[in-house]
Amino acid sequence: MSAEVKKTTPAAIAAQFTKTGLVRKQERRERVARLIFATMALLMVLPLALIVGYLFWRALPVLSFDFLLKVPIHGMRAGGIWPALLGTIYLVLVSLAVSTPIGVLAAVYLNEYARENSFTRLVNLAVVNLAGVPSIVHALFGLGAFVVFAGIGRSIMAASLTLAIMTLPVIIASSKEALAAVPRPFREACWNVGATRWQTIRHVVLPNSISGILTGVILQVSRTAGETAPVMFTGAVFYKAIREGDVFAYGLFDQCMALSMHLFTVSTQVPDVPEALPYGTAVVLLSTVLAVNALAIAFRVYLRSRKKW
Amino acid sequence: MRRRRWELIAESLVEWLIRLSGVSAIIFVFGIFYFVFREGMGLLWSGRFNFVQFLTSIEWYPTSQSHVRYGALALIAGTFSVTLLSMAIAVPFGVGTAIYVSEFCGPRAKETLKIVIELLAAIPSVVWGFIGLTVMNSLIIKLFDSPIGLNVLNGGVILALMSVPIIVSIGEDALKAVPDSFREAAIALGATRWQMVRRALLPAAKNGLLAAVLLGVGRAVGETMAVLMATGHSIRIPTGLLDPVRTLTATIAAELGESAVGSDHYQVLFIIGILLFTITFVVNLSADLIVRGIRGKA
Repeated sequence: MSAEVKKTTPAAIAAQFTKTGLVRKQERRERVARLIFATMALLMVLPLALIVGYLFWRALPVLSFDFLLKVPIHGMRAGGIWPALLGTIYLVLVSLAVSTPIGVLAAVYLNEYARENSFTRLVNLAVVNLAGVPSIVHALFGLGAFVVFAGIGRSIMAASLTLAIMTLPVIIASSKEALAAVPRPFREACWNVGATRWQTIRHVVLPNSISGILTGVILQVSRTAGETAPVMFTGAVFYKAIREGDVFAYGLFDQCMALSMHLFTVSTQVPDVPEALPYGTAVVLLSTVLAVNALAIAFRVYLRSRKKW
Repeated sequence: MRRRRWELIAESLVEWLIRLSGVSAIIFVFGIFYFVFREGMGLLWSGRFNFVQFLTSIEWYPTSQSHVRYGALALIAGTFSVTLLSMAIAVPFGVGTAIYVSEFCGPRAKETLKIVIELLAAIPSVVWGFIGLTVMNSLIIKLFDSPIGLNVLNGGVILALMSVPIIVSIGEDALKAVPDSFREAAIALGATRWQMVRRALLPAAKNGLLAAVLLGVGRAVGETMAVLMATGHSIRIPTGLLDPVRTLTATIAAELGESAVGSDHYQVLFIIGILLFTITFVVNLSADLIVRGIRGKA
């Protein structure tokens, strides 16, 4: 009964009359296209979930606070990853200290000072190309410029400078976006009361974009922490003995271990490593990076929700 | 009210710093080229290095006692094969996902997908290499009954997963840049969504999508740790998907540590660096020119 009722609704009748074979064919194609694209998108989502899940599952036997805070023993076949974790923290902090000011100021230049001309285009082109330089070429550059030419030697300093230059485009791009989001009338109001360009930037533009810039800095932390190739030849070493739990174990001109490098070492260079150990290292690195990124995303969503203009 | 003198000085100092930082990117790009070139230069001009042999010979014996040969053709073929396979996978998937995100799915799914793709892009290359070394390796051995799973196929799949996020985000930007009037016109003519995408959007966003693909190529060519760990270490021209290869980037990463600073071997690795820098520079430059080309028209 109900089926018959359905058939007599105006829309159903209209559909019966208007749907020629051609239209039906097109609708079928539409469904197929939608299905294919959805499958493709799903296939992009699945790897992330599968990879993270699988790595976690395999790493479970070694994951503990001891794993984070102990030093490696028995030629890195047992123990924890403390020196590598600490090394990565040092590398990230030193490289951020260099790249954040340069990157933010460069963004200020591009957004507030630069005119629409071919020189500005050249600067933008350089930023794009800097982002596209392969990480191993950055490593060669770091080795040639900082370690050999400047004579700093393989050290946290040389590695951090290399990382800083490599991640500069990240901070420039995100800061530029944050600065561009400040409406132009804010600046005009400030100029109208007689403020100079820099005063306007200092008291109006930067305070209103600081959270956006901060998001960029967070993203940069994750990028810096994951890089391997640039630090391999400029400051990171396979193994370095430091005291357990010693936070000030490294000096600026010491070599250090790094989490990313350590993962490479235990998974390819050291024979007879217990299976779970490299998985544990991978999970610590991966979850650090993903957590930092998630933080940046959450921060961005929060900012968007309370945006006043 | 007069401003104090030091304030004026501080302000001009800060503005000077801003300008300096602004041009820093140019300085760094030139610096990279200069220093990589500087380290490799000695060998390049010496009689011990033959550029034609470098590009056409497959004999890479940089540490041979009797007869040192620097033929990088097999390494170039390695990079080329892995990049080609990764693009064969990543381009349809990347462009397809970009179309789905931009045209087909609802706002909630869109947000979720974009976040997942951003996270996918954040996975460090050494972790991808580790996945290649463990998960993909055993998967390939099982599926293809191959003696070893570290080969072109492994590296290509890993690189595809790494380049897809770039292709999706740049590709989505390209689709977003197509004016809504194109969509409205197509829908008004009675086109289905798929017809609209195929007949109106894809032709209009063609250049942007091409730029997205080029940036993906740049990423794949320059990727180091993942291919170092996932493609095996065999210096030869691959004949099939299951052949292990060695790429240009992996060669630098594998051999730089064991070559003495300033030696011929060390310098030839910097020459490979110049080659890589040049390739990615050209690829990125073309991508940029193509993108600007559309902006110029619009």
